[in-house]
Amino acid sequence: MMQKTTIAAALIGLAVSVTGGSALAQVKVGAVLSASGPASFLGDPERKTLDMYVEDINSKGGINGQKLQLIVYDDGGDANAARTFATRLVEEDKIVAMVGGTTTGTTLAMIPVFEDAQIPFISLAGAVQIIEPVRKWVFKTPHTDRMACEKIFDDLKRRKLTTVALISGTDAFGKSMRDQCVAVAPKAGITIAHEETYGPADSDMTPQLTKIKATPGIQAVVCAGFGQGPAIVTRNYRQLGVEYPLYQSHGVASKQFISLAASAANGVRLPAAALLVASKLPDSERQKSVVVGYQNTFETKTGQPVSTFGGHAYDGLMILVEAAKRAGSFESGKLRDEIEKTKAYVGTGGVVTMSPSDHLGLDLSAFRLLEIKDGDWMMIPESAS
Amino acid sequence: MAEFLQFAFSGLTVGAIYALVAVGFTLIYNASEVINFAQGEFVMLGGMVTIFLGYAGIPVPLAAVIAVLVATAVGLALYRLGIAPAREASAVTLIIITIGASIFLRGVAEIIFDKRFHSLPALFGSDPIRIGGASILPQTMVVLASALLIVCLLWAFIDRTLYGKAVIATSANRMAATLVGINTRTIVGACFAFSAAIGAIAGVLVTPITLTSYNVGTLLALKGFAAVMLGGIGSAIGAVVGGVLLGLFEAFAAGYFSASYKDAVAFVVILAVLFVMPQGLFGKRMVERV
Repeated sequence: MMQKTTIAAALIGLAVSVTGGSALAQVKVGAVLSASGPASFLGDPERKTLDMYVEDINSKGGINGQKLQLIVYDDGGDANAARTFATRLVEEDKIVAMVGGTTTGTTLAMIPVFEDAQIPFISLAGAVQIIEPVRKWVFKTPHTDRMACEKIFDDLKRRKLTTVALISGTDAFGKSMRDQCVAVAPKAGITIAHEETYGPADSDMTPQLTKIKATPGIQAVVCAGFGQGPAIVTRNYRQLGVEYPLYQSHGVASKQFISLAASAANGVRLPAAALLVASKLPDSERQKSVVVGYQNTFETKTGQPVSTFGGHAYDGLMILVEAAKRAGSFESGKLRDEIEKTKAYVGTGGVVTMSPSDHLGLDLSAFRLLEIKDGDWMMIPESAS
Repeated sequence: MAEFLQFAFSGLTVGAIYALVAVGFTLIYNASEVINFAQGEFVMLGGMVTIFLGYAGIPVPLAAVIAVLVATAVGLALYRLGIAPAREASAVTLIIITIGASIFLRGVAEIIFDKRFHSLPALFGSDPIRIGGASILPQTMVVLASALLIVCLLWAFIDRTLYGKAVIATSANRMAATLVGINTRTIVGACFAFSAAIGAIAGVLVTPITLTSYNVGTLLALKGFAAVMLGGIGSAIGAVVGGVLLGLFEAFAAGYFSASYKDAVAFVVILAVLFVMPQGLFGKRMVERV
């Protein structure tokens, strides 16, 4: 009996070592994404993007002679679940780097885990406090909420609308963007005359919008949030017949927002990455080939329209891959150093140049101002309004 | 004034939804003294099945009918497989069985459908009607009218038909009803089926307003339960009134107090009712003779 078990174990061990010939040289990259729940229209394209590009990289031979093994966990938008998965990635799966953290809430919960384990973490979330103050092991690819506020306020000033109302989600990104808008408003010459909030899972925002409509002197409304909340705000906005221009953040930069908000989305303006208007960019744009290439690949492989969230995941993965190529190894410390040295990387979100004091690497020009018209994104020229 | 009116309209919109869920609760409670916490999942199924059949190419009206039939079948299955085998179990056990069923249905929905939010086109378009400076969606009127219609039909059924009398008999005294030849199992099963159908109809009508996703059932069931407690358990009119009142409380609390605590209103209502007026607005005072 013992002999049989030993022989069986030996055979299995032999089989594993033979077939695992390539598995032995696999490098583990972790991703904790919110593919389900209120942030699903952010996390789902991120997941699909990471899956398809890791497969693509591996089919071309991998990086530095090694294949990547992507380990994805779905936190459902819950920060506690995210933290548990992060710990699992570090302790059990032993990843060398992490690209993930769909939302600000989940990212902030996971940061301590990766800082303690000294593993580079490229976040896909929006709030500026992810990279400010700069943390040694934390980077991010999406534009910050502060940049969104600045872009929106710039356009408001151009249209001579200086008194606004702000409606924000009570989730981490909504709160953070609200704080950023309040902070940059005086410098931008904008007065925030009224504020409202909504819960991220709420299905009716008419009470808040009614109060905004009743406030005298409002000239425009800015909505800070992501996922389904802003879609309902937009629907309720038109339902109540509010006439002022409505601005959203880049948290809605996906066709799913347009399909949820339906015809109410027409006329809504938002700052977003050039990826959304890839085909409309002039050929002279540096980003054009990257964004068109990503859009074609994503849309062909998934049959779904492209979104900036998938684009941020693409940028995160590619920055990691380029860093690994430069470092010539997958040791976490060396990866981190090379990520920090990313220079003029042309991505879907913009042209990225990082530094020890800037772990985002984008400036305001990476953001484009778009308006939704007839179910599609239109570019707004930034000289006129 | 326009503000007050607008809050009232928002309250009516959500209130109509709670009313329909509450009517479903009442029907099952009346027949079997079971509080069916899976009621919210019937609403979810109504909406989600319609939407996914629509994606598969079936025209929306037909998809809606199929969705209601599917929910009815699920309701019957819940009774046959979950409640009937438990026979003489205590009320608490039966309630826990329904909670388990609700979790199961939610899990199945998560796998069969997806985890995103979906919508349906409104029946009469999405242009709001303006009254006195406030606006109300035509779909809200549809939901309110349907709630009233369903309650009237239920009342007519219960009061005017023989089967309705059988339902009253079954709820009054199970043993006596069996003794006079009423097949109580069929009656209770039919009530589960009707209740599921009502929930599904609510789901189809309400999705154009509130959107739907695989997990809307839980909170809906809890708020529907709050509405039932407020209106008085066992009373159909109480269910509708309780639902609409709860919706109005929520909207006014969100409007005049703070929108962040909107969801808490339902639970505060349950506590208040239990402390002050446990039988609700239209319920009968329970008297136990020793």
